Amino acid sequence: MRYLYYPGCSLKGTGRAYEESLLAVFRALDVEVEELADWNCCGATTYMSVDELTSYALAGRNLALAERQQMDVIAPCAACYLVLSKTQRYIRDYPDIKLIVSRALAAIGLEYKDRVKVRHPLDVLYHDVGVKAVAARVKRPLKGLKVAPYYGCQIVRPYATFDDQRNPISMDRLLEACGASIVYYPLKTRCCGGSQKGTLPEVGLDLIRYLLVEAHKEHADVLATVCPLCQFNLDVFQEEATNRHEALPIPVLYFSQLMGLALGFGPKELGLQRCLVPLGPVLARKELAYA
Amino acid sequence: MEIKRIVKFEAERDPAFAQWISHTVGGERIRHCLQCGLCSGSCPLSLYMDYTPRRLMHLSREGFKEEVLSSFSIWLCTCCYACMVECPKKINITHLMYALKERAIEEKFYPKRFAIPIMAREFSKMVRANGRITESWLILRVFLRTGVLRLLGMSRLGLKLFRAGRMSVWPEKVSRRHEITSLLDSVAATKKELAL
Repeated sequence: MRYLYYPGCSLKGTGRAYEESLLAVFRALDVEVEELADWNCCGATTYMSVDELTSYALAGRNLALAERQQMDVIAPCAACYLVLSKTQRYIRDYPDIKLIVSRALAAIGLEYKDRVKVRHPLDVLYHDVGVKAVAARVKRPLKGLKVAPYYGCQIVRPYATFDDQRNPISMDRLLEACGASIVYYPLKTRCCGGSQKGTLPEVGLDLIRYLLVEAHKEHADVLATVCPLCQFNLDVFQEEATNRHEALPIPVLYFSQLMGLALGFGPKELGLQRCLVPLGPVLARKELAYA
Repeated sequence: MEIKRIVKFEAERDPAFAQWISHTVGGERIRHCLQCGLCSGSCPLSLYMDYTPRRLMHLSREGFKEEVLSSFSIWLCTCCYACMVECPKKINITHLMYALKERAIEEKFYPKRFAIPIMAREFSKMVRANGRITESWLILRVFLRTGVLRLLGMSRLGLKLFRAGRMSVWPEKVSRRHEITSLLDSVAATKKELAL
């Protein structure tokens, strides 16, 4: 299995641990990836919401570059995944957008023929690799670890077809294959507030708090995320958001970090030291040791 | 006490605005809105809104431009697409929110030193210059323009992030940066030509 890999800006910055752990998991499961050469920012929600037409051209460059390599492209960041998928759809549906994008690409000697598939790592791991193959490679089952699976918004909404839009289960199954127990977490696709914490802090903190308190209520030991912004909000602002609340500190990890632990990688290889809420105490409590 | 008329007269509507919203990308189906309220019910931010998404849909298609563009709801929208998934008429509500934000910025309907348009501007400047975003620098620039004091309050957290290796010192860059500028210039030219 060979794929192109589109990291996006966050996975090179605040979400570095996502890249580290995901690439480790891919290695362990024989998923070969090659980083898309000279990729650019997808535009994210920020560009999309203020200069939509330009954002399609930015995403279009990445799609056109990926298309030349004739492989599916994996986009782990929720915003990148959404923007790339949305751009494909809108180029198909709106002639004006198609014209803008194709002219802009022609100006830099590129062409987009709608022949590339944008995939999310959950999609690849769940459908291409499969839960059984994952289970077969597990070296240290996450026995007794109770995980609240948090998908956030932009992975499954509004266009993804690889999982259910209201109650996605791919991450649940993958983590179960790693030996973890999944707790009931009805807020699994509720918004974390995105960049709201930066722009409208009172509101952003409320949204973060709801998610943490709910996980706490269901006695989760850790929260598993699939998006760099969700991880950032829930981990970095956890102290601030739960200041006046009984919620215990709850580690917030990328699903790939948890999978990586089960597949036998060490904490440094998975970037666990980058999480502000440490996982160590939870593992000690559960008598789960690192390699 | 100042007494104001709350109910609007039909003559106060702006038909051009109504026309614009139903012709913008994603707005084609706004006329089909049933006013059922599933959008407002599923919206995680509607608790904080002056006009909920359902009301915004109706106000916009009827042409109440001032009310819509000066509503704080459009800035509260985090683009989580919950409304769009629930909408029985498949109206592209999230996308309409994008369109309204863009229009509100164009027509300067937002509070002074308001972080969202400032962040958007800094974001697009950085993309033009580097082709990629370096979050540490973006955060710094936004804070410099919205209030340096907030930056001081965040310094402890910034240090923690830096120690965890999550704040990049060197900006990420695309190697063929001229491609990014040509791309952006071409979009601007086509937009002008098609009057979009």
